[in-house]
Amino acid sequence: MAKMTMVQALNLALKQEMAQDDSVVLLGEDVGPDGGVFRVTDQLIDIYGKERVIDTPLAESAIVGMGIGMAIHGLKPVCEIQFSGFAYQNFHQLENHAARMRWRTQGRLTVPMVMRAPYGGGVRALEHHSESREAYWAHTPGLKMVIPSGPRNARALLVAAIRDPDPVIFYEAKGLYRAFREEVPEEEEVMEIGVPQLVQEGDDVTFISYGAMLRPALEAAEQLAAEGINVEVIDLLTISPLDDRLLIESVKKTGRAVIVHEAPRSFGAGAEIVSRLLEGAFYYLEAPVQRVTGYDIVIPYFSREKAYMPDTARIIKAARATLNT
Amino acid sequence: MPRSRIDIPETIHYLSILDEHGVLDTELEPQIDDKTLIALYSAMLLGRRFDERMLDLQRQGRIGTFPPIKGQEAAQIGSIFQLKSTDWFVPAFRETAAEIWRGRSLESILLYYNGFNEGTIIPADQRDLPMAVPVGSQILHATGLGYAARYRGTDEIVMTYFGDGATSEGDFHEGLNCAAVYQAPVIFICQNNQWAISIPLKQQTHSATIAQKALAYGMPGIQVDGNDVLAVYTAAQEAAERARNGDGPTLIECVTYRVMMHTTADDPSRYRDDEEVERWRQKDPLTRFAVYLQNKGLLDQSREQEIETEVLAKIQTAVDSAEKQMKTLGEPLDMFNHLYAKMPPSLQCQKEEVRQYLANNTGEVHHG
Repeated sequence: MAKMTMVQALNLALKQEMAQDDSVVLLGEDVGPDGGVFRVTDQLIDIYGKERVIDTPLAESAIVGMGIGMAIHGLKPVCEIQFSGFAYQNFHQLENHAARMRWRTQGRLTVPMVMRAPYGGGVRALEHHSESREAYWAHTPGLKMVIPSGPRNARALLVAAIRDPDPVIFYEAKGLYRAFREEVPEEEEVMEIGVPQLVQEGDDVTFISYGAMLRPALEAAEQLAAEGINVEVIDLLTISPLDDRLLIESVKKTGRAVIVHEAPRSFGAGAEIVSRLLEGAFYYLEAPVQRVTGYDIVIPYFSREKAYMPDTARIIKAARATLNT
Repeated sequence: MPRSRIDIPETIHYLSILDEHGVLDTELEPQIDDKTLIALYSAMLLGRRFDERMLDLQRQGRIGTFPPIKGQEAAQIGSIFQLKSTDWFVPAFRETAAEIWRGRSLESILLYYNGFNEGTIIPADQRDLPMAVPVGSQILHATGLGYAARYRGTDEIVMTYFGDGATSEGDFHEGLNCAAVYQAPVIFICQNNQWAISIPLKQQTHSATIAQKALAYGMPGIQVDGNDVLAVYTAAQEAAERARNGDGPTLIECVTYRVMMHTTADDPSRYRDDEEVERWRQKDPLTRFAVYLQNKGLLDQSREQEIETEVLAKIQTAVDSAEKQMKTLGEPLDMFNHLYAKMPPSLQCQKEEVRQYLANNTGEVHHG
């Protein structure tokens, strides 16, 4: 097994899926010779040509709108939106068409499409380059919203997203692209979309997180372990449709939960998770569920970004609040 | 030299073959066999009469809101005729005549406008997209379909429809621009019916024509008398040949008129004069086409009556059949189906919740 960054792992997923299925095509801005601004599509045009690695005009609605047409024709387009902050230009194509084509035609026409986009803060980027707006997509029935947390699951989930018969929004945390390497097997590995993963067992408190925030959550868990507090950590991986069974089961055991995401707090994924926990595990709760999140403001320019992003210290503080220690 | 003239090679043509008085330009007359001419006429008449019947049904409360097509039958039938069954049809929402030509049943249209999902089912052998309500958004799907058709090495072409209002949308620009960049086999049919609800064309664009916008994208554009089925037919035939031969997309502006309201929920008397409507009624596409067919000896009073009777009978059968079908449809739980290929657990729970609620609720009604 080779040790790979998330960029390399995503590239491997695309390369292998394109090799075995000629209906897989990539389209987006600068995905060709440039290999994408983060190099996720690096060198794929050399292998598969410009008919399959399609550099598009600078038009996000077109990237997704054309992707829908291609998908209806039977292709499996993987659309790259250069930064998720520009995906609002194509919002209506997903909300009005991709998400409901199967439903509208009672299964006759389908949109097996992926929209990949980098998201999230913490990398000292320009404005409009750091948002975490997964809740928008999670609120649209008919879409699937997936966020991997590292190279290995990014590869396995992207393969699943490409093969999925329904449209998948695939957010890639910019902060994770080159943050660390993981062993990624050369042979095929596919994870099931819609299934959260138990990353670490514990019985004192449950941490629920996803994407770039899983790492500070794990670090916080490690520090708490030194004090004899055993944290159970769940990686959501699929934000929507949300399968709450593992979450509820865990909180029934621990009686305490901390949810960590960098998106704004109000109406974020955490709000939905709290509701599910109240519905499914209310009588097992020993303390109010804590949310460690971004604030309900525009994500600040990077000089103040650190104060906005959840970090290990904030997570530990929230955990202590649930434990009353 | 600091300032010089850039000559743009293309020009925009205006095409009219059969004018509003039924006068024919014999040099431009397309060669269409008698059987096809009658088929075109019948399809236009069916579109017209079905539209009128739907308006009656709507006013009687037997269907919901719908957008009438009256006056736009030539723009639709003259163009859609050029598609083969292997080609793709990407409509907006005011293409009822074209949809029927492609094989959509009158029943399904009635079901749709009565609020049943079953009305958007597209038969398995039809390469049609469902109607698109968000204005102009479907144009990009046509470009994507065209790209895929070329990628697969087929000779399929794509025809998409939209109105003059849609040309103000970003998706119009992106769709035409990308189709030209990729030389995708797409025919963009603009039914310029002069009004986007209450906004007249001159407030929609400052361009002299919509057709000329094609030049900016580097594709051919043509303006035709959209109430002249022969002109629409000819322009669409040329565009289809180009597309099939790998010579890329075309924009066709069909100059027509929305004789009726935007939808049945609209009241045009708030924003336009009856005289204008009356002037356009004089340019009716069916009247002049009937004169043309009469002059060719293909239509006399008895044949006309025969076609009229056939069309009305077909509509009546469809209305009866749709109203009968509606009584058997409407299982509420079906609303959960077909959202995803495989229903996620959270949705299964919600469906079950509704099932139990309805079961209990029905029980109460019965006992009450």
